[in-house]
Amino acid sequence: MRRIVTATVQNRSGVLNRVTGLLAKRQFNIESISVGRTEAEGISKMTFVVDVEDERKLEQLTKQLNKQIDVLKVSDITDKAIVASELALIRVVSNAQIRNEIQGIIEPFRASIIDISKDSLTVQVTGKHEKIEALIDLLRPYGIKELARTGLTAFLRGQQPQVAEMKNYSILK
Amino acid sequence: MKVEAKPHYETQTKPKSGADLLVDALIQEEVKTIFGYPGGAVLPIYDALYRSGDAFHHVLARHEQGSIHAAEGYARVTGKPGVVIATSGPGATNLITGIADAMMDSLPVVVFTGQVARGVIGTDAFQEADVMGITTPITKHNYQVQSLSDLPRIVKEAFHIASTGRPGPVVVDIPKDISTEVDDNPPSVEFSLPGYQPNLKPNPLQIKKLTDAMAQAKKPVLLAGAGIHHGKASEELKAFAEQHSLPVVHTLHGLGTFPGSHSLSFGMAGMHGTYAANMALYECDLLINIGSRFDDRLTGKLEHFAPKATVAHIDVDPAEIGKNVPTQIPIVSDSKAALEALLKNAAAAPSTEEWYKKLDNYREEYPLWYNKPETDMVPQWLMEKVHSYTGGDAIVTTDVGQHQMWAAQYYKLEKPNRWVTSGGLGTMGFGFPAAIGAQLAAPDEKVVAVVGDGGFQMTLQELSLLQEMKLPVKVIIVNNQALGMVRQWQESFYEKRYSESILSTQPDFVKLAESYNVRGMRIESQQDLEEKLPEALSNDEPVVVDCRVLQQENVYPMIAPGKGIHEMIGVKP
Repeated sequence: MRRIVTATVQNRSGVLNRVTGLLAKRQFNIESISVGRTEAEGISKMTFVVDVEDERKLEQLTKQLNKQIDVLKVSDITDKAIVASELALIRVVSNAQIRNEIQGIIEPFRASIIDISKDSLTVQVTGKHEKIEALIDLLRPYGIKELARTGLTAFLRGQQPQVAEMKNYSILK
Repeated sequence: MKVEAKPHYETQTKPKSGADLLVDALIQEEVKTIFGYPGGAVLPIYDALYRSGDAFHHVLARHEQGSIHAAEGYARVTGKPGVVIATSGPGATNLITGIADAMMDSLPVVVFTGQVARGVIGTDAFQEADVMGITTPITKHNYQVQSLSDLPRIVKEAFHIASTGRPGPVVVDIPKDISTEVDDNPPSVEFSLPGYQPNLKPNPLQIKKLTDAMAQAKKPVLLAGAGIHHGKASEELKAFAEQHSLPVVHTLHGLGTFPGSHSLSFGMAGMHGTYAANMALYECDLLINIGSRFDDRLTGKLEHFAPKATVAHIDVDPAEIGKNVPTQIPIVSDSKAALEALLKNAAAAPSTEEWYKKLDNYREEYPLWYNKPETDMVPQWLMEKVHSYTGGDAIVTTDVGQHQMWAAQYYKLEKPNRWVTSGGLGTMGFGFPAAIGAQLAAPDEKVVAVVGDGGFQMTLQELSLLQEMKLPVKVIIVNNQALGMVRQWQESFYEKRYSESILSTQPDFVKLAESYNVRGMRIESQQDLEEKLPEALSNDEPVVVDCRVLQQENVYPMIAPGKGIHEMIGVKP
């Protein structure tokens, strides 16, 4: 199961090492991780994309993270209404002739060209994982010289649909 | 030393160094005994200790591993944090085994390590080691003091974290220049730990669920783990078990939480547990686990562990609940608070008489057993004798291995906090230094270190302390001239290929003890033992007893690795 887990942490030295060390020690597989400050001073947010076997493993992961003294809150937000984005920088082989062609490809993705050199250009794209994958696939035939991705960062939408309550009204029950 | 209630920094006008602040903080935490070893990076701290006069009782173990195992023994017996100081680099790395051991067995230990000065951290300076990096995975929490003004607060947090919730080791790494730095401004000791709020009171709804389940249960069993020790809940456990006539089985660390001679006690469960205890776990329909973490040595193959049972698990650490065994009734709570709630909300349970009779029958039919030869000593008999000569009332410490299991099986403990053993990490060399810590914690108690001939040789340098500190520790070497458990497994599972497990060359343990000014004696037969051991165990002198036992004895019954708890071998025929 691919899950998106966020952790609010105290921004102390070594906290990233604590968290990643813990996940490594307990053999959790991290697909991506992103860390940054939040609106509150001294508080950072980590977003992990993890691949776990089952519910029990997932429960262990959140509990073990919660046990860390510097971790304030852990949420699995995969099934919630969330805004989630990652950023990718893609340097593609190009020259003056095909620059327009690439421009045409990236435009629907709302990506932008942020650097141009004699024989290459750099595209910046943000958004969901799948969207970025799709753009990378489209650019690959041109020759990707360099690719860097940030990993996903995410939080809950301001309003959550009342999904949990609907289950109770199921006629099957 | 008398400690006044007002803030410590007002008691002296002189500006204080970091080392002085540390000493003050230790006094504030009511630390009496420190297990440590000096060195370059902690010179300022040792100077401050020297200047503090007789504020502390410092124990100079002869190896840092001895310091920390002694601190663990101290913590195990008192329930209070054991305090360790070691220097940077090798001083700190020599503690690692003990820190990991304390982590696995949830012992409150606060470790202070020296570190090179802040300016040279990260330059591979002399005696520098990345203590934070090394200890992060094996501590409950760790700190490197970055600023002098943080030091008193960090010490306070360290003691708080180590001793509350699920106890564990906390490391505080102190750069040398922090220890020497002087600050005129009294630093604050206020702390807030928003990410550390252990839940100690049970949820009443969950308690209700458990009492409801108890009302339905026909074959309930109580599993008593180390959490009963930590929660100081032995009396409540006894009251609860008696109230409902609940059969009690123990984990290794849970021994002593419930009187071993009680009619409801069915002994230790697990790999070398009793038949009755393991069958109780196998056949039960309600398993109430209090403060055990369902370790693999207890459960055997998980699919055969309590397969028919509704599982209730009371633990102060929520991460333990559901980790290994699916749990229907999770109760996150301190053991004492949970038992108090259960005592108050007692449901009328249906009669479990039939179930008790069945287990009692198992206990009668398949007790622990061994064959006693004519003259030679077997270790099981030795343990029974040690038990009877000490009135079953000693504090017993052990290493890991065969002797540990025999001690667990045959030294029936009646009271809590008298069993000091390395369970989770299984550390050879633990028992003897742990006995020193236990004796310091309980000077008036009889402390018996039951050790193997292999394990004793890992930490025997601490014999120095017995005379130096006049500690009447009784060291019983269960000497089978082998790494017994390794030998047993090689016999059973590796077709008797005894690869490196026979210790045919050994020191003369009697002379060795004598060279440390400790009385040594050798016991080679049953008659020998009956003549010599009662006196050796009853006086107030330390003694090292080299007990020669038969090498081929194996620990039974046994659940072979990968087997279920109902598939015991070596059960009494």
